[in-house]
Amino acid sequence: MKYGIVIVSHSFEIAEGVKKLISQAAPDLSITTAGGTDDNEIGSSLEKIQKAVDDNTGDEILAFYDLGSSKMNLEMLMEMTDKKIHKYDVALVEGAYTAATLAEVESPLATIETNLEPLKIK
Amino acid sequence: MELNLADTKKWIELFVKKVEANTSELNELDTAIGDGDHGSNMARGMAAVTDALSKKEPADLAELYKTVAFAMIQKVGGASGPLYGTAFLDMSKQAKETTDLAKLVQVGCDGLKRRGQSDVGMKTMIDVWQPVAESLKSDDFSKNVVEDALNATKDMVATKGRASYLEEKSKGHLDPGSQSSAYLFEALLEVLGE
Repeated sequence: MKYGIVIVSHSFEIAEGVKKLISQAAPDLSITTAGGTDDNEIGSSLEKIQKAVDDNTGDEILAFYDLGSSKMNLEMLMEMTDKKIHKYDVALVEGAYTAATLAEVESPLATIETNLEPLKIK
Repeated sequence: MELNLADTKKWIELFVKKVEANTSELNELDTAIGDGDHGSNMARGMAAVTDALSKKEPADLAELYKTVAFAMIQKVGGASGPLYGTAFLDMSKQAKETTDLAKLVQVGCDGLKRRGQSDVGMKTMIDVWQPVAESLKSDDFSKNVVEDALNATKDMVATKGRASYLEEKSKGHLDPGSQSSAYLFEALLEVLGE
């Protein structure tokens, strides 16, 4: 199984920054982002999340988000898409970094999830 | 009680007007206990609703609710986007089965509960939607029902959403989402002629 990572943030810069950070640990993974509103203001956009999921080349997606509406929009998309998305209620930066590091070396999902467990904050 | 397509469209248009007339008030309420953008976010959604409705006349209730849902989902930007969006989208699905207003509002309210993983008493828009749904069911929907529900959020301590970070300090302020929901149902009352 090849996993891809999707980062959903209220801020365009946070999403891009997290991608840049975790890409160092996982240069071969498909990492796509949905940061900010359609005009890159603070907020979240279902359309951007849709695009990040569509553009991601992973067989299944590990999704990380920051605040309330990012989560709700992500959940809304999960009800609408056929793609398998695993959503994690963990600290965004640490969680995405942990998952990326493990997915890069093709760890099984169970291992990834065990390592995400202590990072659960919401 | 039922609302036909023309009246439902009138309802939505009145809701748009109310939100647009009260954008700064919604922002102010949200500044007290949130991030201050509920009015601007809702206004952006309302502009998208108006735009979508002017482009294509909905053929039936389901399509009308769906148009409203998609406009809000795409344009609001804050948490109220997926919340109102889910409510209207679920109402759109339900409208294919029934045009009963009480059922539609209850289904919308259930959508809010699912999307926000919340329930009554948490100082959210559900605290307006649920009493309104119940009063529609028992046929005693009135201005008082909306006002009482809205005012009751003032003394609640928020346990969901951004305001929940404030804990006890969230007391004493109206919930902004409940206020915008109150505009929605005041608009409904006007359409019903009460």
